Amino acid sequence: MDARVSAKIQSVFEEPACEHNQNKDEKARKKGCTKQLSPGAAAGGCAFDGAKIALQPIADVAHLVHGPIACEGNSWDNRNSSTSGPQLYRTGFTTDIGELDVIYGGEKRLFKSIREIIEKYDPPAVFVYQTCVTALIGDDIEAVCKRAAEKFGKPVVPVNAPGFVGPKNLGNKLGAEALLDHVIGTEEPEVTTPYDINIIGEYNLAGELWQIRPLLDALGIRILSCISGDGRYHEVAQSHRAKAAMMVCSKSMINVARKMEDRYGIPFFEGSFYGIEDMSDTLRQLARLLVQRGAPADLLDRTEALIAVEEKRAWDRIAAYRPRLEGKKVLLITGGVKSWSVVAALQEAGLEVVGTSVKKSTKEDKEKIKEIMGEDAHMIDDMTPREMFKMLRDARADIMLSGGRSQFVALKAKMPWLDINQERHYAYAGYEGMVDLVREISKTLFNPVWEQVRAPAPWETPALEEAC
Amino acid sequence: MAIVHDSKKACAVNPLKMSQPLGACYAFLGLASTMPMMHGSQGCTSFGLVLLVRHFKEAIPMQTTAMNEVSTILGGMDNIEQAVLNIKKRANPALIAIASTGLTETKGDDVDGYLRLIRAKHAETLDGTEIVYVSTPDYVGAFQDGWAAAIKALVAAFVTPAETRVAGRIGVLPGAHLTPADLEEVRELIEAFGLDAVLVPDVSGSLDGHIPEDFTPTTLGGATLDDIRGLGACEHVIAIGEQMRGAVERLEAVGVPCTLFDRLTGLTATDALVALLMRLSGKPAPARLKRQRGQLQDAMLDGHFHVGGKRVAIGAEPDLLFALSSLIAEMGGEVAAAVTTTHSPLLVRVPTDEVLVGDLEDLEMRAVGCDLLITHAHGRQAATRLGIPLFRAGIPQFDRIGTAHQLSVGYRGTRDLIFQLANIFLAHMHAHGPEDWPLPAEAVAAAQGQPAAGCGCASSSCSVSDEVVIPIIPA
Repeated sequence: MDARVSAKIQSVFEEPACEHNQNKDEKARKKGCTKQLSPGAAAGGCAFDGAKIALQPIADVAHLVHGPIACEGNSWDNRNSSTSGPQLYRTGFTTDIGELDVIYGGEKRLFKSIREIIEKYDPPAVFVYQTCVTALIGDDIEAVCKRAAEKFGKPVVPVNAPGFVGPKNLGNKLGAEALLDHVIGTEEPEVTTPYDINIIGEYNLAGELWQIRPLLDALGIRILSCISGDGRYHEVAQSHRAKAAMMVCSKSMINVARKMEDRYGIPFFEGSFYGIEDMSDTLRQLARLLVQRGAPADLLDRTEALIAVEEKRAWDRIAAYRPRLEGKKVLLITGGVKSWSVVAALQEAGLEVVGTSVKKSTKEDKEKIKEIMGEDAHMIDDMTPREMFKMLRDARADIMLSGGRSQFVALKAKMPWLDINQERHYAYAGYEGMVDLVREISKTLFNPVWEQVRAPAPWETPALEEAC
Repeated sequence: MAIVHDSKKACAVNPLKMSQPLGACYAFLGLASTMPMMHGSQGCTSFGLVLLVRHFKEAIPMQTTAMNEVSTILGGMDNIEQAVLNIKKRANPALIAIASTGLTETKGDDVDGYLRLIRAKHAETLDGTEIVYVSTPDYVGAFQDGWAAAIKALVAAFVTPAETRVAGRIGVLPGAHLTPADLEEVRELIEAFGLDAVLVPDVSGSLDGHIPEDFTPTTLGGATLDDIRGLGACEHVIAIGEQMRGAVERLEAVGVPCTLFDRLTGLTATDALVALLMRLSGKPAPARLKRQRGQLQDAMLDGHFHVGGKRVAIGAEPDLLFALSSLIAEMGGEVAAAVTTTHSPLLVRVPTDEVLVGDLEDLEMRAVGCDLLITHAHGRQAATRLGIPLFRAGIPQFDRIGTAHQLSVGYRGTRDLIFQLANIFLAHMHAHGPEDWPLPAEAVAAAQGQPAAGCGCASSSCSVSDEVVIPIIPA
């Protein structure tokens, strides 16, 4: 492996802000924070996938994938990370290397590709993603990017996370490292305010950021940069001037938050937008950190006032659903990363979470789930689809919330299912999102279609069978 | 005769193409009790799986050998061994079907050799499960090439010469461009003549969206291993799409009579199939087929008003491009731009001037001034920018449901396709306004008694030329 990637991975594994990681011994830490994959029994994306997920939401950047057609051709424009402006991030760029490139090297094609993109699309920056094949043949994308940046006078950022170095989660972090190494701190903002924050690890799926932004706007808090949802290159480059940061989504970008604290003294906290109490807590922590960093203290009172109004407004709307939903049983299968934040949200709606997956959750995440669900929390480490199917068919759950991968397990069992993963189209963040989630669950659970599809066919009706 | 070009760009923008291993795994998904597996890093499988899930809205069984950088360099034998044993233990399929990827092809893994060793080592454990392997590097060819290679590999692995042919058994080798609904239609056409149809592979058995009794970790139906083996004893085999030629040649080599249809979309194309089925069965065409043919003729008559003269831009894999282009041309439309993913002897026969092996950016540039864009769902951004409607054809169509039931073959399928196309044109009919027919400056000047500038003169400064100026579209 490229020695630089290798060193990067080790540095990512030695994350001091990650308590989970610090509790391990030297040897365990070296092995990394993810389980070894089991051939023939693995699921989930690769490191390249993870890096792309982490960075592609930066909307005005051209994202160029250096590799064979599979890496981009089989996957592009497949996520619902929303933009309020530029559309370039939805354009699929790939060097689509052929057999001759594999033999002679793909660096020239990569360089020419960068030139073509800059000539045709003139983006503020080009991000170049390494993939397995081009890594294996030894294409030095860092050198090509450096040369291209000099030649074309424009940032060209190498993202060195070829798929085969590990799973998606590692790729998130390696993608984030590219920002730390090449983007963050390279430009100065025109103005700064005492209310400038970064949101780190929020991808604006289905536009969720816009369920949060009005709250921050109302308080006068400015998102200097969201990394990376609805992001802009220059905002990310200037993000080192924020006064405080929030790290979303468990630990997928903990390295950005921690290193920005080390380098630029930006304090951060881990928060969630999912669930009413979590949302309120997030607003409080943001206000507290900003006031600590010199913002006027009245921000705290204004925040409490806003929370009071918004919580009441949300609860009033949810109350209408509670009688319908009280006691309904939910099976929650996510990648596990965010499961604790969703569990809290569902309980607020009166739903009973009968099980949650913790496959990708850290030890801390699991502790949090225990805190929320109690000691006997049914945590599912790696549930096979067959087990899920059985659980649903035996009606031990009324509805399953999961990613698209397992939706058909529920649907084929003729059980309600709601999409809560990256490809979904509904936004569930903040106070508004919580109300929307409850409405969607209710809509799904009480749809008359379930009765229809469970009705026996004429040839399954005993009376008719006898008659024929 | 179309001229076939390759895109000269270094950077593909908005890919039209998908990769070979995915096409191969799609073929394997049309086999019963099968676990398709890519030999590569887990992302290779993950991307393909998500794409097919989003297209079909079905569970897609597909596994990975989960190669990492160390196993890649040392060779993937251990990973394949573990994967095969794991799949056997967890899913116990009748067939494990392996496609290689760019990663393991770059390394040069000898998978056939590995499999021989693995089979020998675990003969007992693996009893009852066949394993088949196909080489499908990502950096060569495209989706339909992977499909074709997979079926050729299946034929090579399982079909042996038969001593006697089973009367009335018709094998069908469909191309990757046919939907489950298309396969169902082909099956019904064959059965309408009292013949038995054996489809290999048969995605209409596995990906048609049925609800099974119980959960299975493998494919939910499709062609069985016996169906594949039985191809050798078919009375006749019908292949659909030029991409199937390799498999057809293998079958012919073991003495199976075959007919390859380059398409089954269109009146004359379907007539050719019906004629063959009449000969094979010795039976007349049933009345309902005759009615369907009449309905198609009527649809063509009604539809030609709306399709005739329309300029259509098509981006599709070679066999689908050929089928759609041929129908548009037969209805009096003009295929003004044609972009495809990979080479095929069929491309020169596409009824257009030029076929480009390129991407959706190429198609978008060439589609300016067209009335309709036909390609897969990734064309949605281009269609919006161009301000023209998009008719979705091919894989993926992640933003529509019911894609498995899109029908475009046979009399009925062609009839419905014509209706759909014509209705799009009807829905986007241009209402004329007072500014639609402006006079050229030259005519206005003449009418006002001024001398016409710069035409008919031999002056080198004359600005009017015969050259057609093709507008350059800014990106």
